This record gives sequence, structure tokens and C-alpha cells, in this order.
Amino acid sequence: MKNTFIAQNPSVLWFLLALGLFSIGVTALSEVSGVGVISTSFVKVLGKMLCLCLIAIAMDVVWGYCGILSLGHFAFFGIGGYAVGMWLMYARTEGIVLESLSTQVIPPTPQEISDAIGNQIFGVVGSSDFPMIWSFADSLFLQLLMVVLIPGLLALVFGWLAFRSRVTGVYLSILTQAMTLALSLYLFQNDSGLRGNNGLSGLQNIPGFEATSQATLSIAFFLASSFALAAGYVFFAWVVSGKMGSVVKGIRDNEARVRFLGYHVESYKLFVFTITAIVSGIAGALYYPQAGIINPGEIAPIASIYLAVWVAIGGRGRLYGAVIGAALVSLLSSWFTGGGAPNINLGFYTVNWTDWWLVLLGFSFVAVTLFFPKGIGGLFDYLVRKPQ
Amino acid sequence: MRQLFLAVILCLTSAMAAQAQELQSLLQTHVDEVAKPSRTSVSVLLEDLAGSGLPGVADFLENWSDKNIWQRDDGVFFIATPQGDDLALVDIDSGAQSFAPQSRFQQTKPNGGVRRLIGTALVQFQLSDPDPARRASAIASIARKPEAAQLAPLLAAIKDDPDAALKARKIQVANFLSARFAPDPGDRIAAINSLSKDTSVEARSVLNQILEASEGVSATPPEGNIARILDPAQDPDGFYAKLVAAGMAPARISPAEVRAALEANIVAGKVASIPLGQLDSDDARLRAYTLLSEEGLVPPLVTDEDRDNALNAHVFFERYAEPDPAITKAAEATRQAVEQRVAWAQGGDLVLDGLSLASIYFLAAIGLAITFGVMGVINMAHGEFIMMGAYTGYVVQLFVPDYTLSIIVALPLAFAVTFGAGVAMERLVIRHLYHRPLETLLATFGISIALQQLAKNIFGTQARPLTSPDWLGGAWMISDVISISYIRIAIFVLALMFLALILYVLKRTRLGLEVRAVTQNPGMAASMGINPDRINMLTFGFGSGIAGIAGVAIGLYAKVTSEMGADYIVQSFMTVVVGGVGNVWGTLAGASMIGGLQKGIEWLNPSNTLAAQTYMILFIILFIQFRPKGIVAPKGRAAAD
Amino acid sequence: MTLKFPSFIAVALMGTTTLASAECADPVKVGVLHSLSGTMAISETTLKDTMLMLVEKQNAAGGVLGCQIEAVVVDPASDWPLFAEKARELLTVNEVDVIFGSWTSVSRKSALPVLEELNGLMFYPVQYEGEESSRNVFYTGAAPNQQAIPAVDYFLEELGVEKFALLGTDYVYPRTTNNILEQYLQDKGIAAEDIFVNYTPFGHSDWATIVAEVVALDADGKQVGVISTINGDANIGFYKELAAADISADDIPVVAFSVGEEELSGLDTTNLVGHLAAWNYFQSADTPANAEFIAEWKAFAGEDRVTNDPMEAHYIGFNMWVNAVEAAGTTDVDAVRTAMYGQEFPNLTGGTAVMLPNHHLAKPVLIGEITADGQFDIISQTAEVPGDAWTDFLPASAVLMSDWKDLGCGMYNTETKTCVQLTSNY
Repeated sequence: MKNTFIAQNPSVLWFLLALGLFSIGVTALSEVSGVGVISTSFVKVLGKMLCLCLIAIAMDVVWGYCGILSLGHFAFFGIGGYAVGMWLMYARTEGIVLESLSTQVIPPTPQEISDAIGNQIFGVVGSSDFPMIWSFADSLFLQLLMVVLIPGLLALVFGWLAFRSRVTGVYLSILTQAMTLALSLYLFQNDSGLRGNNGLSGLQNIPGFEATSQATLSIAFFLASSFALAAGYVFFAWVVSGKMGSVVKGIRDNEARVRFLGYHVESYKLFVFTITAIVSGIAGALYYPQAGIINPGEIAPIASIYLAVWVAIGGRGRLYGAVIGAALVSLLSSWFTGGGAPNINLGFYTVNWTDWWLVLLGFSFVAVTLFFPKGIGGLFDYLVRKPQ
Repeated sequence: MRQLFLAVILCLTSAMAAQAQELQSLLQTHVDEVAKPSRTSVSVLLEDLAGSGLPGVADFLENWSDKNIWQRDDGVFFIATPQGDDLALVDIDSGAQSFAPQSRFQQTKPNGGVRRLIGTALVQFQLSDPDPARRASAIASIARKPEAAQLAPLLAAIKDDPDAALKARKIQVANFLSARFAPDPGDRIAAINSLSKDTSVEARSVLNQILEASEGVSATPPEGNIARILDPAQDPDGFYAKLVAAGMAPARISPAEVRAALEANIVAGKVASIPLGQLDSDDARLRAYTLLSEEGLVPPLVTDEDRDNALNAHVFFERYAEPDPAITKAAEATRQAVEQRVAWAQGGDLVLDGLSLASIYFLAAIGLAITFGVMGVINMAHGEFIMMGAYTGYVVQLFVPDYTLSIIVALPLAFAVTFGAGVAMERLVIRHLYHRPLETLLATFGISIALQQLAKNIFGTQARPLTSPDWLGGAWMISDVISISYIRIAIFVLALMFLALILYVLKRTRLGLEVRAVTQNPGMAASMGINPDRINMLTFGFGSGIAGIAGVAIGLYAKVTSEMGADYIVQSFMTVVVGGVGNVWGTLAGASMIGGLQKGIEWLNPSNTLAAQTYMILFIILFIQFRPKGIVAPKGRAAAD
Repeated sequence: MTLKFPSFIAVALMGTTTLASAECADPVKVGVLHSLSGTMAISETTLKDTMLMLVEKQNAAGGVLGCQIEAVVVDPASDWPLFAEKARELLTVNEVDVIFGSWTSVSRKSALPVLEELNGLMFYPVQYEGEESSRNVFYTGAAPNQQAIPAVDYFLEELGVEKFALLGTDYVYPRTTNNILEQYLQDKGIAAEDIFVNYTPFGHSDWATIVAEVVALDADGKQVGVISTINGDANIGFYKELAAADISADDIPVVAFSVGEEELSGLDTTNLVGHLAAWNYFQSADTPANAEFIAEWKAFAGEDRVTNDPMEAHYIGFNMWVNAVEAAGTTDVDAVRTAMYGQEFPNLTGGTAVMLPNHHLAKPVLIGEITADGQFDIISQTAEVPGDAWTDFLPASAVLMSDWKDLGCGMYNTETKTCVQLTSNY
């Protein structure tokens, strides 16, 4: 089984090899190894990039292979981040509160501890009560379960409703976009209990590892992201390569025919939609401790569209394409907006890339859609394989 | 006749007083109050001024209120207007004119509260002034701050007012004053009863002030004009707190106080023989506290039972400030009648607001109804066409300073600009993607972010002003409760016009026929001699052009920024999808539903607009699950994707 | 793939905008962490320009410690997580000595953990909600008691307002400020039912219903006043609707905490004359120092540019930092921090700003009325008010105080006499 899977997908091995070399290289050049050519902040950028690659392959599976242009996968990503962020905030604050209360003569009651934690977490947004939604925040295990469960359940319910009503194509895209908008508007409210616009912050400080330096933590998260990406890649490669993959691709190309062949199209779509949502949640849970803060702005509909942009630029229908797209665009984007690109002096006008990068991105995106519908991955295809 | 006579007498006496004293010297006795006036202390000065009877007082007060009084560094006040670096000075008493450099002068700046008091002080001078504007401002001052003493002069000033509107307004305000201050209870009740059909804020405030009541508590049945008896069982802790505040019961001991009391009574690591380590629950702490109180070290706990006993032993009530029950009864009845009317009016206002919001959504979405609805092209840059239209309006206003004219120029120009942009986009991009609808979405999104950033680079990130002409400036006030601004009415009318125009173009013109033909079957249409390329181009341009005009309208009522399009794009798509794709009536239905729904939810939860938007979107998602093709679903072959 | 990365790294490491070349052995670097793109660019770009102007001026005057100052500008693009990333980059890669930056509270909260971890130093120039005092941040904007509370006092005493509408954008600054104000007003004897609170989303444009509700508050004959913490673009729609409903400042005065000269430039203010704003600075302040500052700014940035309160905050903050560095003789963060306490610098509005041990400034509070030309007419100016990190009007924070100089703690519980924590809440 394994042999046939690898044999059918030689690209998986190549990818794993490249990713492995890359991870070892970054670790060796980082501050942890003592070389320090790669700064901690850049390790974080790379670690975050790997998480974006992971959600990009999930997006590729749901869009490139199954033909569902979901504009909601970044919502699942955000939910994963929130779920893990709640534990991080709670546990860190609990540590501070317990230490501060321990100096008092009379031992604190559980109520006092919980009030003090609530006051620390919600004091900055003008409240001090623990909302219902934080019931499990004290348990790492349960919150990690949430990372998987909530995106999964949301995708399951939403997908079941949508696919059952045969909402397809553009309509589904707009519907998923509406879902994302509703979620981000909900989180923007202070009343939702997740600190509104401020979101959850200080997530880079991992409770229990206060003594560990950020240089070490950043490498740990980088390697964890790398491992998650590898696992995700193999898993999705397996999903799309077997019989299941053929059905899914069939649905993309002609849904009605697959249905007439006797397949229960809705179940396949629902499976793909849900499983990719779960992977997105995991990617988010790894991403936000590296970013340090999560807030509703992250979930805004435009983020999900950017995700589609990465996948399209990288090349749909091939997993490594999604990885290339996500890595390239996110890195280029931070290079250009970070002022890394040299300004171009045209004599009468100086092109400042901080201002013009988005214009360039926008138009290059149009160009890719028009002239290279297979994206960069397609180019890669063309070079590696013989032209068909 | 007698009025005139009195006025002459008044003038004479004041002229005589003027010889006795000058205004400037009077001001100098209050020099700090004039230079740095404060609401809390200015009334002494105002009374002195009014009492002095000097002729220049009214003039001075008006100028002071308009910040035209300047003080020279030696303390002398002048009426002055800046001219360049100089001041044109007018002597307060003699009226002599002169010029002086500004550097020696300090402007006096009475704040809003002081200006209001000045307005009240001016009432006596302005109530019968020949200038209608001054009379109006006097009445406004009375209405803003009604006082008993104003009733008689106001009544006296009604009869001779030549201006019918002002006279009516005087009568109305006099009626308000009578309701509160007339000496005869019969007059008051009559005035109160006459208010039963008046939903204005002023009339309601008169009633509410008559019915002002204060809460009280007593151990015996209360006396006076009692409004109602309150039931403490509704909120025992809240009412007990009132008892405590009135000094009629001991305060409850809060957990923090329990804790503090325990800390204060630690003896050798124990509190009342309970080891400290065990005090980590509320129960244990209360037990320790009770032990302490039994020893008499701390005040005893107030239990729930104690609280309820205390509450039962007292009567909580609200008592009217007005002692006469006949008047409060009449006012109560009138208020009920008015509130009934206000509730209806609020319902009407809600409908108007909903209609207005619907028309804005409709205007934003109608261009999309053509490009997406009729042609099936997802144009994510639609919002940016709205933005382009708004910026066109802004640029036109830079060159055409007359607002009315600039709007007349801007509307067709915005259409032209966005029509051109739409046609260009269709030719260059969308044409190649007709068979790949999902990719149009992505390509147009690319254009959208590029256009947004371009706008930022050209116009900056600052919001730009787009000002509506004066005749669109105000609001149509049906009553104080129901009102809608003219600009919203204009948008409503514009939306209706576009609905008619689009229906006409699609259903009654050759172009519309061809558009429908191309939409249904491009191949067949081509074989009938229609050029599908040309039709697609024109249709897309038409839809985009309408977005441009919508942009001008939206910019007029809200703001012009590079991100304004993004605010409307998701809503617009939802409007079209909810309404039903391919049908302009559907878009109208969708906009009405979304606008009405949003206002309805806002009404249910008025303090949180964000929640309203969230619930509305959730509702739309659910709605689409059950009517996936929208309110007005396409039938037959057009229904296939 | 892997081969590509070293070149990327090299570029990313070297590729930050450097503006002044220093000939000093150890150049003094000032990081500027303001968004140049995205939604906040509207406000923050101005501050970036202000910093460049101040650095240029200081360099012309000989720099600091005999070295020229080099400004390192980065763009966090209104993306909150990027503030943490860029702050780390500034501190570890560019090795700046101080950062001037952030506008929104959430961007400050994002950068805070990084600043505290790496012991950086940041000057934060915008009015904010308080309830924070980090060892590594100097707050040169107003705390609530330097803006909101004096404005409410003005409403109560000078305008005789008896009923309040607190309108705000739904985020932390309005939420916390309104919480404080609600408590404060109730302490002042305003009944809870006479306080109407409403929150709207960012960029809200449909204001008809809310304005109608404010008008309806008038129905019991009490003087109504509006306290607006509405942020950014949303103000434009709000003021347009106010003007359309013909609500004059005499009937219902509105005082805004987030509307300055910049925001008014997007509006026709003829219908808004008399409405108010409270700040620590207005461009119309009539002092020689201000006239000079405005002239410099116009020469630097353009004739049509206006000045505003956060610009003054950076002006004071930067000059204080320069003086503190000179006093300490080094740019070392801890030495500079110690030298900062008690630093004095003249305000642009007259009087002297003093840096307090709680990292806040003592500054005068100004209240201005909007004029027809988009400026403010200053009608009230208090003496210097010391900024209070922890408000006295909320029970949970009334017991807290901050004193980094003597107590060495930003969150000191005066009841239990213990330091709650040395790091901040974020």
C-alpha cells in the first residue's frame, strides 16, 4: 500500500526531503545553534509561513481538488488560534495571580482566584466576569480538543446545510464569505467574551516555559510547524491520490455526472470540507503562539481571499503549488512592506514599494489568472515533467 | 397702544439711567467675570447688566455671545473684529471707532453654558425686537430653559407679533410655560390637556417635568402626593442598599470586608480558633466571622432573613414634586396618551430608517444586480467602482466650488468614468474568463486591491470631503420623532429612478432585448445577428457606471475613503443573492429585507449595532439554506448554473 | 527551494530603511513603529513624518551625545501581530535605542510583551484608556483623567448637562473610558438611567437611528450632552447626520475625544460650529513655541498640513528622551529610564510637561469649540494635570498605583502593599 502510494506520488518524497533540509538548515543557522545568521524574529516569520503553507494545502484540497471555493477557511484558522490562545492567556494569568495572592495571610478562595484572573484578563476591556465561553480555558487538553472540534463541527454543520441545499459555485463562495464576516463581526463585539477588537495577546509567552528564551521557543514552534506541514502534506496527498481522490476530482469537474454514477456527492464534499477545516484549525493553533496576538481583524473576509490568491498563484490541484504560493507571496509581502525592496526612482516620481506593493500584487494576480491558470506550480510541472 | 406707551416709557427711563452710569465702568466692576466667564458665577453680572437699564446692554450681550468682545491689556473692553493683524475697535459706550494691533488684546470667549445664560438674559430685550431673527432666538432661549418669570412677558409679547409663524411659536411656548407655571390650577390642567396630541420633545419634557418624582422610604405610610408604592421583592439587595443609604439599616458585610475583618483578628496563626490554612472557602470564612461576631469583635452579619425583615418593615415609594394631585393626574393621563402616539411614531420612524437603509443597499447593489445577476460575472471590484464614483465627486468639487452645480456635473461624470473603467476591465480581463466564473472572482479581487491601493497613493489615506448642497442639507421633520434627512430621501429617489431605468432598459429597449438574449444563449443570439462581445461590454459598463453614481450618493451621506467600497461589497453580494440572481425585482426585495431586518434587530438591541449586523448575516446564511435561489427564484433553464 | 532562503535572509536583515548615516562609532538609532499602510496609515503616517522632522532638527543641532541620530522606519501595516514582529526586529536586528510608535491600544498591547522581554523602550503618543503602566513604555498621550474626566467636568459644571449619551466605537478605548465615565457620573449624582451608552462598529456609516435616539433623550427636559469616543472615519457620517438633524451645540453639545484637526479636514464644519473636543493640544494654541512648531511642520510636510495632539506628544517625548540621554550620558535603557523621571519640557500650549514616576506626563487639558474653518477655538485650559495610570473611579483599579522610581512596580496594590506583577497585562 505504502509503496504504491509513494510510487504514485514521487513529489511527496521530494517535498519531505526539501522541507527536512530547510528545517535543519534554519535550525542550524538560528540563534539557538549559536550561529545566529537567522534572527529570532525571522525564525518566527518562517515558522508562521509554514503554518500558512499548511492551511494553503488544506485550501488547495478543498478548492483545487474538490472545486469548492471556500472563502471561509481563515475563519477556521482563527478559531484554532482563539482556542489555544484562551488556554495560553488563562494559564499565564493564573500563574501571575497565584503568585501575587500567595503573599496574602489568608489563603484565597477559588472564587477569589477566578475573580482575580478574570480581572486581569478582562480588566483591559472594562469587565471582570468570566464569560461562559471560557469554561474550559483552564485545561490545555480540552482547549486543544477545541482546536479540532470547533472548526470541525462548524464546518460539518455549515457544510451539511449548504451541500444539502445544493448551494454550489459562486453562491457557496459568497455564503462562506458571509459566514466569515459574521464570525469576525461577532468576535469584534466586546460582549462575545473574547476581548473584542483587542483579541488575545501575549501568546508567545508559553506558561511553564517562562525561563526558556524566545529563541528556543521560536525554533520549537518552527519545528512543530514543519512537522505539522509534513504530516498534513502526506495526509492530503494520501487523501487525494486514492479512489477517494478520483471521486473528489470528479466532483470538481462534473458534479452531476458523479452523482448519476451513484456516488453520494454531498458526503464526499462534506468530508473534504470538514477535514480541511480541522487542519486549518490546527494550523491556526500553531500560528498564533508565534504571532503573539490574535484578534478579529485576522479573520476578516479579506484574509480568506488572500488564501485563495496564494493557492491560485502557487497553482491549484497540486499540493506543492499551494506551498510555493503561500511561502512566496507571504515572504514577498513582508519583504516589500517591510521596506526591504529598494525604491525605484523614475525621475519624475519615486516608486516606494511600501505604497506600490499591493498594486503590483493585485495586477500580478490578474496576470496569473489570465495567463498562467496553473500558477507557478504549473511552470514547475512544465520544467520537471515532459510536456504532454 | 398701551404696549407702545410702555415701551416709550422704558426707553426714556433707560436713557436717563445711561447718564448716571456707563456700561464700561459697570463691566470693570466685574472684570474677571467678563474676561473669563463661567456658567456658575456669571449670573451676578447678568443680573447687574439687566438691572442697570443701560441702552448698550443688549448690544453688548449679543456681541459678547458672538465672541466679539476683546479686552485691552489695561482691562478695558471693546467690541472688535479682527482685520488682518489689526482689530477694528468700537467703544462700548460711545461707539467711537478706531484701529489697534491685536497683540495688546485678548479675546473673551464665553462658553456654551454662558452663552445660553446670555441668551436667557437677552430675552427681555429681544422678545418684541423688530428683527424676527432676534425674536426667534429669544423664544428659543425660553424654550431651552423655561422659567416661571418668563410667562407673563411672553404672553404680553404674543399679540403684536406681525409674523404668523413666530406668533404661533410664541403661543406654543406660552402654552408649555402655562402647563408648568400658570398660577391657576385650572389653567394648568387645561394647558396640560392640550398637550395630549403633541409628540414633540418639548411637550413631553413639560409633562415629564411636571411628573418629576423622587424615591423615598419610610417606616410609616408616606404622606404627600404619592406617585406609586414600590415592591422591594423585585430587587431585595438593591432596595436594602437604599435603606442602608438612608441610614435606616446596618450595612451588609461584603466578602472583602469579611476577609479584612478576619485578617485583623489573627491570633497566633488562627482566627477564632480556626487555622488560617482552612480559610480558603467562603463557608469557612463566614463560620470564622460568625465566631468573631459572637465574641463581639466584629459587627454581626446581616443575613438574608435580616434583610427581608427590614424590607418588610418599610414602605418604598415615589413622591411627586408637584403637590397638587389633580395636576399630576391630568399630566399622567396626558403622558399616557402622548406615549401611545410616540410609540406609533417611533414605529413609523423605524420603517423610514429601514426604507432608507434598504435604498442605500439597493443603490450599492443594483450595479451588481446587472453584472452579477444578469451576466453572472462576479465583480469583486464593484466596491472600488463605487469608490471611484465618490472620488470623481470629490475631484469635481475641487474644480466646481458651487455644490449644486458640482453634483449635477459629478453624477454623469462619475457614470462616464466608471463606465469606462468597467468597459476596460471587461475587455482586458473578464472577457477571457466567461467560462471560469470562480476565476473572475479572483482576478477582479486582484483588481480590487490594486485599485484600492492606487486610490490611497493618489488621494492619500485621509477621508476626503464630499459636501452636499444646502438644499440637501437638512432633514424632513414630520415631528420630533419621525424625521429623515433630505440626503437620504434623495438616495431613496435615486434608487427608485435607477430601478425604473434598469427595468426600462432591460424590458423595453433593443439593448435590453439583446442583453437578455445573450444572457440566455450567447450562441443562438450571435446567430441572430447580435454581437455578444459588444453586448457584454455595454452591459458591464452600464452596471459599473451605476456603481459610480451610487458612489457619489454614498459619499454625500457618509464618507469618501479608499476603503469605502470594501464596506459595501459583501453586503451587496448578499443583497443580490438573497433577492435572487438575474432579477432586478429580486435585488429590490433583497435590499428591503436586509435593510428592514437590520433596523428591526437594532431596535431590539439598541445599544449594540455590531450584534445587529452579526445576527442579520446569520439569518441570511440560514435563509439561503432554505431558499438557495433567493426570494425571487429564477425558473426554467435560467435556473441552471 | 531551500537554496533560495539565505539570499532572502540576507536581504531581510539588511533591508530596512536607513535615513541618516552616522559617523559615530556607536550610532544612536531611533525606531519608528507607525503604520504606513492599512487602515491606521491615515493617522500614523503623520506621526512618522513628525519623527523624521524631529530627528532632522536634532541632528542639525548636533545630534545626541555627539552622535547623529539615525531613524529606522518600519511599516507594521495596521496589522496588529506585525507590531510584535517589527518591534522584535527593531530591537534585535536593528538594535535601536528607543522606539517611537503605535497608535491603537491593541497595537501597543501587541508590542508590549516583546518590549518587556527584550527590555526595550517605547514612547506611546496617543490618548488611551489607562489601566496599564509598563516599565518599558512612556505614555506621552492622555490618560482618562487628563482628557475624559476634565471634559465631563466641563459638561457638568459649565454646560449644566444632566443626561449623558456615551457613544463609542466598539473597542477597548471607548469601552474602558465609558466604564470609567459611567462610574464617575454616578458618583457625581447622575442616575444610571440618565446615561445612554451605545457602541458601533469601526467605520459605521448609518447614524440616523442613533442620532434620533439621542434627540429623544431630551424628552424629560434635562439638558443632554454627548460624549463621543467614536473613532476615525465613522465620525464623518456621525457629524453629517448631526448636521442634517439640525442639532446645534446649544441644544445638544457633543464633546469628542478622538476628533482632532486631521479628522475635521475631511468635513465641512460650518454646521458643527460650537461642538467640542478635549485634548492636550490644539493647533490654535497661541504661543510662540507652537507658532514655531507649526511653521517647521508646514515647511517639512507641506503648507496644507495641520498639527494635532499626538504630534505634540511625540514632540515632548522625543525632546525629553534626548535630554534624558544627555543626562544619563548613555542610551542604555535602564539608565535613560531613571533619567526620565522628573524630566521637564515646555508644552507647545504653554506650561511645562513633567514625566512622572508612573511613566505618564503632567499636561494641561484643553477644551476647544469647532470653528467654521476646521480648527478649534480654545475656551478652557486647565493647569497641568498629572496622568493617572490606574483610574480612581473603578473599584478594582482604585487600589492600584504605579511608581517605577521608588517602588519599582507598575501595578502596586496599596491595600495589600504588594506588587501584583512586574510585567503588564496584555
